[in-house]
Amino acid sequence: MSPSTPILRTEHLSRVADGRPIVDSISLAVAQAEVLAIVGPSGSGKSSFLRLLNRLDEPTAGTCFIEGRDYREIPPRALRQRVGMVLQTCFLFPGTVADNIRFGPLQRGEKLTDAVVSQLLEQVALGGFSGRTVANLSGGEAQRVAIARALANNPEILLLDEPTSALDDSIKREIESLLHQIVIAHRLTCIIVTHDTAQAVRFAQRVAILDKGRLTRIGSPEEVFGARQSS
Amino acid sequence: MLDNLLNSQVRLGLTQSGFAALATIAVVTLARRRHIYLERETLMALIRGLTQIMIIGSILVLMLRAPRWTSIMMLAAMTMAAAATSARRAKRIPGAFPVSLYAIAGGAGCVIALMAWAGVIGTAITALVPVGSMLIANAMNANGLALDRFRSEIVAHTGQIEAGLALGAAPQQTVVPYVQAAYQASLIPAIDNLRSLGIVWIPGLMAGMVLSGSPPLYAAMYQFVVLAMIFASSGLTCLISTTLIRERAFSAAEQLVLH
Repeated sequence: MSPSTPILRTEHLSRVADGRPIVDSISLAVAQAEVLAIVGPSGSGKSSFLRLLNRLDEPTAGTCFIEGRDYREIPPRALRQRVGMVLQTCFLFPGTVADNIRFGPLQRGEKLTDAVVSQLLEQVALGGFSGRTVANLSGGEAQRVAIARALANNPEILLLDEPTSALDDSIKREIESLLHQIVIAHRLTCIIVTHDTAQAVRFAQRVAILDKGRLTRIGSPEEVFGARQSS
Repeated sequence: MLDNLLNSQVRLGLTQSGFAALATIAVVTLARRRHIYLERETLMALIRGLTQIMIIGSILVLMLRAPRWTSIMMLAAMTMAAAATSARRAKRIPGAFPVSLYAIAGGAGCVIALMAWAGVIGTAITALVPVGSMLIANAMNANGLALDRFRSEIVAHTGQIEAGLALGAAPQQTVVPYVQAAYQASLIPAIDNLRSLGIVWIPGLMAGMVLSGSPPLYAAMYQFVVLAMIFASSGLTCLISTTLIRERAFSAAEQLVLH
């Protein structure tokens, strides 16, 4: 069942690379403040689908609508500011934590004040880290900075590409719980890619299963995983 | 004509070329013992290099009596060949040939024109073509280095670049450090040549001028002039090529397409 007022809707979204379909005609809709988890085995096209939503890659067929508008009509930079993304590997820029937090808004000529930077860092439990050099951060700290950096753009939709898969188990749950709090507090629409079905159940209101680039099932975690278990 | 070709100087030149080629083959043989196989490429390069330079030498003999504008045609042909060579070296970069052509024509062409206008390079064919070709050849090498390094940097930092794009950065902004690295790397040979001039090496042009009877001090100064022109033309070429290739690394929708 599709949400009645989708903020994001894909229509036969597809991508073919090297003659092989990696995202195959996916149509789905996500409502405002909804959390959707994309689950599937390695190579199922989860991350490729997410990259299409941020338009880091170009669809070879179909399109995506943001609040009813074809996203190809939105300038790419404006689109990416509205549709934030946190990658599996955080790829921080050389410099301080504050430099990284300020990066997104600075692209639009907006310099965040020290107070705003501190506030963003406190949201990810990194108060006092502003002046630290990113080279000295642990994996968990770096991923928190990447999350705060994405939030600094004030996105309407947050795309999370396996945000905890590169982290130790002990830190995984901590980051996941932090993300959950942030998504709820900001009423963010969120699409998270994960291969961890337990994480999808904990985190999302709906789950979409991808296999070989195709959407095979979508619904509440109970509907999707219940149905899989009984089949 | 045949008398000229078969005179003792040509025979001497061919014998000397043979000995120089033997030294090259010896190095290739040594490399082979380390399982580095360069025979085919080196042999082809030796044959091509000797054939091409002999053709150019013969053309120069014919052109001594040709009108001056023919030197421009020759330099234009050399620029095309240099762009094609550069593009072959950077074949995984989309549009490498037009980028190299515009860059070498703009970089080396501007410096040649300016210096010929100022009287630093003589406008006679025997001066303009050899000096111009030196500038074009060095611009070609620097351009090849710049394109190759730029691509390597992009491949090594794809994640960082896409992280910047995902945050709404302008594509050009995301590759600034990699353009700088490529530009600096491309100019290292030209800088080192200038830095070591006279201490580590006495370049061929100066040696040739001295052998043909020019005063050694003037020959030395003119060698400096040529190396400074090489630096200028290589620098300008790479400035143009890195600017052009930076644009081609991204699609119209600001996606990184150079992988």
